[in-house]
Amino acid sequence: MKHKSIIFTGGIIGILSVLLVKLGNPGNMGICVACFIRDIAGALGLHRAGVVQYIRPEIIGFIIGAMIISLIKKEFRARGGSSPFIRFILGFFVMIGALVFLGCPLRLILRLASGDLNAILGLVGFTVGIWIGTHFLRKGFTLGRNYSQSKANGFALPIISIGLLILLLAKPTFIFFSEKGPGAAHAPLLIALGAGLLVGALAQRSRMCLAGGIRDVFLIKDIHLLAGFISIFVVALIANSFFGFFNLSFVDQPISHTDAIWNFLGMLLAGFAAVLLGGCPLRQTIMAGEGDTDAAITFMGLLVGAAFAHNFSLAATPAGVGFNGKLAVIIGIIVVLSIAISNIKSIKKLN
Amino acid sequence: MKTIVIDARGRSCPEPVIMTKQAIGTLDKSSELHVLLDTTVAKENVKRLFKKEGFRTDIKVQDNDFLIVAQKE
Repeated sequence: MKHKSIIFTGGIIGILSVLLVKLGNPGNMGICVACFIRDIAGALGLHRAGVVQYIRPEIIGFIIGAMIISLIKKEFRARGGSSPFIRFILGFFVMIGALVFLGCPLRLILRLASGDLNAILGLVGFTVGIWIGTHFLRKGFTLGRNYSQSKANGFALPIISIGLLILLLAKPTFIFFSEKGPGAAHAPLLIALGAGLLVGALAQRSRMCLAGGIRDVFLIKDIHLLAGFISIFVVALIANSFFGFFNLSFVDQPISHTDAIWNFLGMLLAGFAAVLLGGCPLRQTIMAGEGDTDAAITFMGLLVGAAFAHNFSLAATPAGVGFNGKLAVIIGIIVVLSIAISNIKSIKKLN
Repeated sequence: MKTIVIDARGRSCPEPVIMTKQAIGTLDKSSELHVLLDTTVAKENVKRLFKKEGFRTDIKVQDNDFLIVAQKE
C-alpha cells in the first residue's frame, strides 16, 4: 500500500489516544501536544493554574523516541538558524490559538472522533488558517535556510527532557502537581512514557504532520499526510465507540466549550502559524528530537505561550473564552499575518 | 541540454517542494532538473512530487547532501 507507514502510525496514535484516556488521561486527551506542554509549563511553575500542572511523560517520550530512532536511522542532524526568534513567536501564538480552542490539531481529531461537534468549527478554522498560510507559501514566504550546528545543539532539548523525567520521578517540592482537574488525571507513568516513545518513533519515521496533511492538499494536491490524519480519526472513532466514549453533541463534552466563533478563530490562528512554521506542534516536537534546534526554539515558544495563556487568562475554560483570550487571538492573527507578509522573498510565480 | 539547479538545502518543509514545483513549470522537454537537498524528508517529498509529475529520477549522495537529477519521462 502506498501510504502504509503513515496510515499505520495514525492507527497506533488513534488507539493509544483512546487507551490512555481509559487508563486515566483526561477526556479526549489521550494525547494533546499543546495541552501536555501547557501542563509541563504548570508543573515548572511558569503558570499557577492549579488544575493543569503535571510533567506529561508522553512529551518526553515524543522527544526521546524521535531522537533514538533518528540516531539509529542516521537522520539525526543538529541544525538551526532559520529565523529562530520568529519561530519562537509563531510557536507562542500556535499555543494561544490552541488553548482558546482547547486542543492542538491532534486533540481536534480526537475530539471529532468522540462526537464533540465543537471540533468541527475548530477543523474549519484550522483548514482556513492553513489555506491562508499556503497563499503566502506560494508567494515565496520563507524563514530562510538552516545550517548544520555542533552535535551539542541537537542534544540540548533531549537532555532537558531527560531532566524533566528525573523531576517527574523525584517529585521535588518545587515542582507542581495538580491535585484535581485535568492535571491530576493521568495514565500510569511508565505506560504514558512507553506510548510517547512509540508514537515519537513512529511519527519520526512516517513524518506525521496534521497541518501538513491539509496543507499538501491545497498546495500540491497530495493526500499522503492527510491519510495519517484520517487514519487517527477512524481508529479513534472505532475505539471510542467500543469503550462507550462516543457522544455526539455540542454540549457536555470533556474539556471543551461551545463558543463557535472562538473555536473557529483559535484554530485559524493555530493553523496559519503552524503552516508558516512548516508543521503542527506534534511535528515540531518530533523534529526537536531529531536535532532541529529551530523546532526546539518553537517548542520553547509553545511552552512560554502556554505560561502566558494561563497567567493572563487567555486560555479558554469549559465555560467559554474570556475577553483576554479573544483579544489575544486577534492580536495573534495580526502578528502572524505581519510575519507572513514581511518574510516573502520574491520568487517567480508558481504555476 | 539545459540544466536547472535548485539549492533547497536547509529549507523548511514544504519549501523544497514548492521550489521544485515552480522550476518544473519553467522546464522544457530536453532539460534536466538538479535539486540539492540535505534531509531525507525533503528528499522523499521532492521524489514523490517528481513521480507524480511524471519524471524519471536519479538520486546521488554527496557528503551529507542529496542530489536528485530529474528528467521528464
